[in-house]
Amino acid sequence: MLNTTLKAFVWMVVLLLSAPVFSSSSAEGEPVDVTEMIMHHIKDAHEWHVLTYTDDNDGKQHVSVHLPIILIDGGIKVFSSKRFYHEEEAIEILTPEGETDHYLVNQELGYGIFHEEIYKLNKAGLLDFDVEGHVTNAKPYDFSITKNVFTLFFSSLLLFVLLKAAVKSYKSDGLHPPRGIARFVEPIVVFVRDDIAKANIGEAKYKKFMPFLLTAFFFIWINNMLGLIPIIPGGANLTGNISFTLTLAAMTMLVTVFSGNKNYWKHIFSTPGVPVALLPIMIPVELVGIIAKPFALMVRLFANITAGHIIVLALTGIIFTFGSVAWAGLSIPMSLFIGVLELLVAFLQAFIFTMLSALFIGEAVAEEH
Amino acid sequence: MGITGIAAIGAGIAVLGAGLGIGRIGSSAMDAMARQPEAASKIQTGMIISAALIEGVALFGVVVGLLQG
Repeated sequence: MLNTTLKAFVWMVVLLLSAPVFSSSSAEGEPVDVTEMIMHHIKDAHEWHVLTYTDDNDGKQHVSVHLPIILIDGGIKVFSSKRFYHEEEAIEILTPEGETDHYLVNQELGYGIFHEEIYKLNKAGLLDFDVEGHVTNAKPYDFSITKNVFTLFFSSLLLFVLLKAAVKSYKSDGLHPPRGIARFVEPIVVFVRDDIAKANIGEAKYKKFMPFLLTAFFFIWINNMLGLIPIIPGGANLTGNISFTLTLAAMTMLVTVFSGNKNYWKHIFSTPGVPVALLPIMIPVELVGIIAKPFALMVRLFANITAGHIIVLALTGIIFTFGSVAWAGLSIPMSLFIGVLELLVAFLQAFIFTMLSALFIGEAVAEEH
Repeated sequence: MGITGIAAIGAGIAVLGAGLGIGRIGSSAMDAMARQPEAASKIQTGMIISAALIEGVALFGVVVGLLQG
């Protein structure tokens, strides 16, 4: 019974997705660079591209959300990224590898943007490149609202609204089973409390760290899930941004180091059971370990999520590599399957991050035994 | 840098290591669950945690491959 439903669903999706392509005009001559498309979707950007359609004159019309650019360069400058993307023409350059690339400038403002980095223009209104193809112009401080920043605000707001609504249902008359959204949130919170916090930190001290663990868990989970939605406001690959995971891992490291008790530091500087002669080796190893463990947390989350996005994009790009719509019959089911796996990975990575954070905190507050 | 595509080969070898490691975890988890079905859920939790940790290490290798190539 389930098998036939699943098959029917998959075939329906494949046929539905093939239909619009049959009715459209023929493809343009230029081959699509799938690698460049993948990298563009993984990275952060100053504008949020929604879709591109071909208009009556066979030209391409882009529909995007132009996010504000905020620069600190002697003063605070705020302008819409529309001033880069659509008011000026692109300036072509030749990369050291011999390929053509382009960058956009806005002479009036005095800035240029190359590969989503903003630079100050030189006197001729252009960017200077060195031998390896890197830009040598000065950079203002870029505090723009980019795709990732927007997603940060959006998911924080979403989480805040969701959990506030759940909390509200507890603050009423007396004790009663959870009502409304709390019915969904409570089992998850109990799961984090029992299986992650109590199991790793211990009954006596887990309560102090619950807010941090809950925040880490929900925030990472919701951002992973948002990254899987292909249309705005999802799809910004926030957890696949190494600065974001660096900050999360740094938070874990700070919590661990600042709640370390005497026993913890004794383990680092005079590990029990180690002969004194070996201590000069053990102490640097332990000190590096304080940094290496959160570093692993950072890279694990970043690599898992980015790899998942790259796989889905590459599978979808199969259609464009071969240029014919018939490949959709292979590409779409595979992308769907990987997408389902990514849903599991979204939860699993949030769980692993939170569990390892709880483990490190547990090590830091453990009493001697 | 070096032979073309060697970064991809390096990433592939890292993933090979992960596949072997996680395969062994899965196999011993299955054996344990068969021996003692009551402990199945604990074994499954431990299996998922170990798999995620090993996958983390493998992805270190993949990231280095991506950076080089």
